[in-house]
Amino acid sequence: MNKPIPNSQLDAAAPVAIELRNINKRFGPVHANKDIDLVVRKGSIHGIIGENGAGKSTLMSILYGFYHADEGDILIDGQKVSIADSKAAISLGIGMVHQHFMLVDNFSVLENVVLGAEESARLAGGLDRARTELKRLEDEYELRVDPDALIQDLPVGLQQRVEILKALFRGADVLILDEPTGVLTPAEADHLFKILNVLKEEGKTVLLITHKLREIMAVTDTVSVMRRGEMVATKHTADTNMSELAELMVGRNVLLNVDKQPARPREKVLVVEGLNVTDSRGVRVVKDVSFDVKAGEIVGIAGVSGNGQTELMETIAGIRRATSGTLQIDGERIDLAKAAPSPAEMRDKNLAHVPEDRHRMGLVTSFAEYENAILGYHNAPEYSKGWLLDIAAIKQTAQAEIEKYDIRPPDPLLKTANFSGGNQQKIVLAREMERDPTVLLVGQPTRGVDIGAIEFIHKRLIEMRDAGKGILLVSVELDEIRSLADRILVMFDGNVVGERSPDADESELGLLMAGVDGDVT
Amino acid sequence: MSAGQLPRWVDYGLIPVLNLVAAFLVSGLVVILIGESPIEAVQILLWGSLGFGEGIGFTLFYATNFIFTGLAVAVAFHAGLFNIGGEGQAYIGGLGVAWACLLLDHYVPWWVTMPLAVAGAALMGAAWAFIPAWLQATRGSHVVITTIMFNFIAASLMVYLLVNVMSEPGSMQPETRTFEDGGRLPFLNDMMPWVDFGTAPVNFSLILAILACIAVWLIIWRTRLGYEIRSFGANASAAVYAGIDPVRTIIITMLISGALAGMMAINEIMGSQHRLLIEFVTGYGFVGIAVALMGRAHPVGIVLAAILFGMLYQGGAELSFEIPAITRDMIVVIQGLVILFAGALEHMFRPFLIQAFAVGRGAAAQAG
Repeated sequence: MNKPIPNSQLDAAAPVAIELRNINKRFGPVHANKDIDLVVRKGSIHGIIGENGAGKSTLMSILYGFYHADEGDILIDGQKVSIADSKAAISLGIGMVHQHFMLVDNFSVLENVVLGAEESARLAGGLDRARTELKRLEDEYELRVDPDALIQDLPVGLQQRVEILKALFRGADVLILDEPTGVLTPAEADHLFKILNVLKEEGKTVLLITHKLREIMAVTDTVSVMRRGEMVATKHTADTNMSELAELMVGRNVLLNVDKQPARPREKVLVVEGLNVTDSRGVRVVKDVSFDVKAGEIVGIAGVSGNGQTELMETIAGIRRATSGTLQIDGERIDLAKAAPSPAEMRDKNLAHVPEDRHRMGLVTSFAEYENAILGYHNAPEYSKGWLLDIAAIKQTAQAEIEKYDIRPPDPLLKTANFSGGNQQKIVLAREMERDPTVLLVGQPTRGVDIGAIEFIHKRLIEMRDAGKGILLVSVELDEIRSLADRILVMFDGNVVGERSPDADESELGLLMAGVDGDVT
Repeated sequence: MSAGQLPRWVDYGLIPVLNLVAAFLVSGLVVILIGESPIEAVQILLWGSLGFGEGIGFTLFYATNFIFTGLAVAVAFHAGLFNIGGEGQAYIGGLGVAWACLLLDHYVPWWVTMPLAVAGAALMGAAWAFIPAWLQATRGSHVVITTIMFNFIAASLMVYLLVNVMSEPGSMQPETRTFEDGGRLPFLNDMMPWVDFGTAPVNFSLILAILACIAVWLIIWRTRLGYEIRSFGANASAAVYAGIDPVRTIIITMLISGALAGMMAINEIMGSQHRLLIEFVTGYGFVGIAVALMGRAHPVGIVLAAILFGMLYQGGAELSFEIPAITRDMIVVIQGLVILFAGALEHMFRPFLIQAFAVGRGAAAQAG
């Protein structure tokens, strides 16, 4: 059922504004876009939804000329085109509103709109003509904004309007909006949707990139779902619903049965109470979260990524600061706002952490494998002889882990970047699991890992559980959570919105993940 | 194997050699342009720097300076920091050397003064690096900007001190009095009677420089601190995950870097000039950047690159003496070209080589 519906069948009557055929893009070993086909009809609002890292932004960057596809064709109004850079995209009538605005803060609205589209080196005459044109656009699309205001004085909602005006001023017929509501308040977002509808009525085509289901439902005509670089489905928005889209986004291709006995949970080893986290933009990303993990059980956190799971894990691991909340680990109670422990101190309290993103955090990929085998544990006395690192002892540890976890190739001297994704993940897992932790935080244990390794990793996690460890597992693979966890917490928008047992109804979990209260429907 | 991967011998051997060859080819063109023979110029350059004892002595003397400043830049590189304040740190390091020598030279032999002078040089160099380090670590002010500004502050401060505070009473020279024997490092010529370095000021500092190389290698690759420095430099978020404190790492790295730069003053002040004088650093700090780049931030590479630049300094001086048409300024042009190709354009040949090796591998794979 998850077969992509060739979306040329949708609305076959309306002319095609943009068509992508068989787009492929690789970044080194990462296949960011796999055989993407996409048809966007003129005068429609087309949503592209997918999790962070699903390949949405890469695809749009190809369309806007930032990247070049390794393979595939782009057709605009039925004509095959090559888009060398953003200038070419603009001349083809494609405009982009970036997630992070590309505005000059201390320029006025008018100056920003004109920037890069000046008629000549002398500004004066052109500016006047631009002012008239801007006025016309404002009237036509109901995009009111004072042309002489400085950008730095405008709220973000208006800044975004300036970005839209900029694109229209350059004659855009197709507008790409990349996560446009990330920085907006709900009221500003509603206003944006009104603007998008006006644009549509005026015959413009809108491509809305987002990972928020509500927006798709609220404003789009058609929606395409991306997952792990693939376009997995295209549907009429009216014919689908949030829980179906949520399931499509997170994917359900891990259909492994994990052989396990019922858990025998014992005492609580990790208790989180009233945890609040605010990120660097000042947005509350974890809201009043409380839960506990007992020895001998796996607690799974399900949810569409970007709903606070990453921040929750990082805060418990000591990497992020909490604004309030307490943490009790192994009997000891810590106030996270006042006496925030460092990652090193959390490790000393027998907390091990397999981070979600092994490249960004879990590994130093330019290091030899054996050097990564002690990352975070490099201060342990067994790896030092006086002032110097005991290289022999470190290599011995690495060698033992390589054998136990079947890491291939079995070469502790090999540069970590040269291992495959699954083996890199095993390096991290081996390091964290072999330190006999009381609590183990595991983020996305099988992301980018092949089937054989997945099975092995799941088995090891169950063994850890049965050995009496408390495990907190975050995964975007719902099936992984369902097959491993003994209890499931669902996170949405920074809140834990519900706790379910692993044999709870799938669609119920889907609704919870979509932020729809399961008890209401 | 992902793109960007080259065999080690290419990375560490072929690329520096190619850069050097390119620099000399362009230099050769310049020499032809002014109507001289580039072959003859190269001969004089080589003979002047390596052809006789005194030439070798001078080459090694300059190389000593470059080893210290190159190591300083390299240590910071490993933490992902670009310390271009070696010039100022070496200059201020001179104060530490001078104070130790001025204080003790009448009373004790050189080998008693030396540890204190080394400590003084390291301490002052580190102190001069501390403020930029602290600003970078806690306020995010970029060290490239702050260290270069500190070079200017150092220059002004030293002029003030040497003119108003430290100059000999009654002297118009902006320099301190000349140290007695207790403030002079022995020349290698005197220590090793079986070699003849002539009047070259190459001195005991060369041994200190080699010891510094070994120390840097041990710190970076064999200690927990070095592990933390390299982790932080290669992947800062992984370092934070591993419990490595970024503030502490940045500051300690910059202190070590500054200390190494400061120790360059030992060679110039205690080893050769025997007095603290104005502008004794004259660009050694900046050339250290090229030395570190060319030496791939590894002590062995740095020693080789330092000797190369020592040869350019010494051989260049001989060259402008032998062929008057090639002026001192021309020598600076040649040195500049080497810095340009080895430093700024370090990666110029890399894409071609990656392509060449990828094609080679592809062909081999198809054949196999």
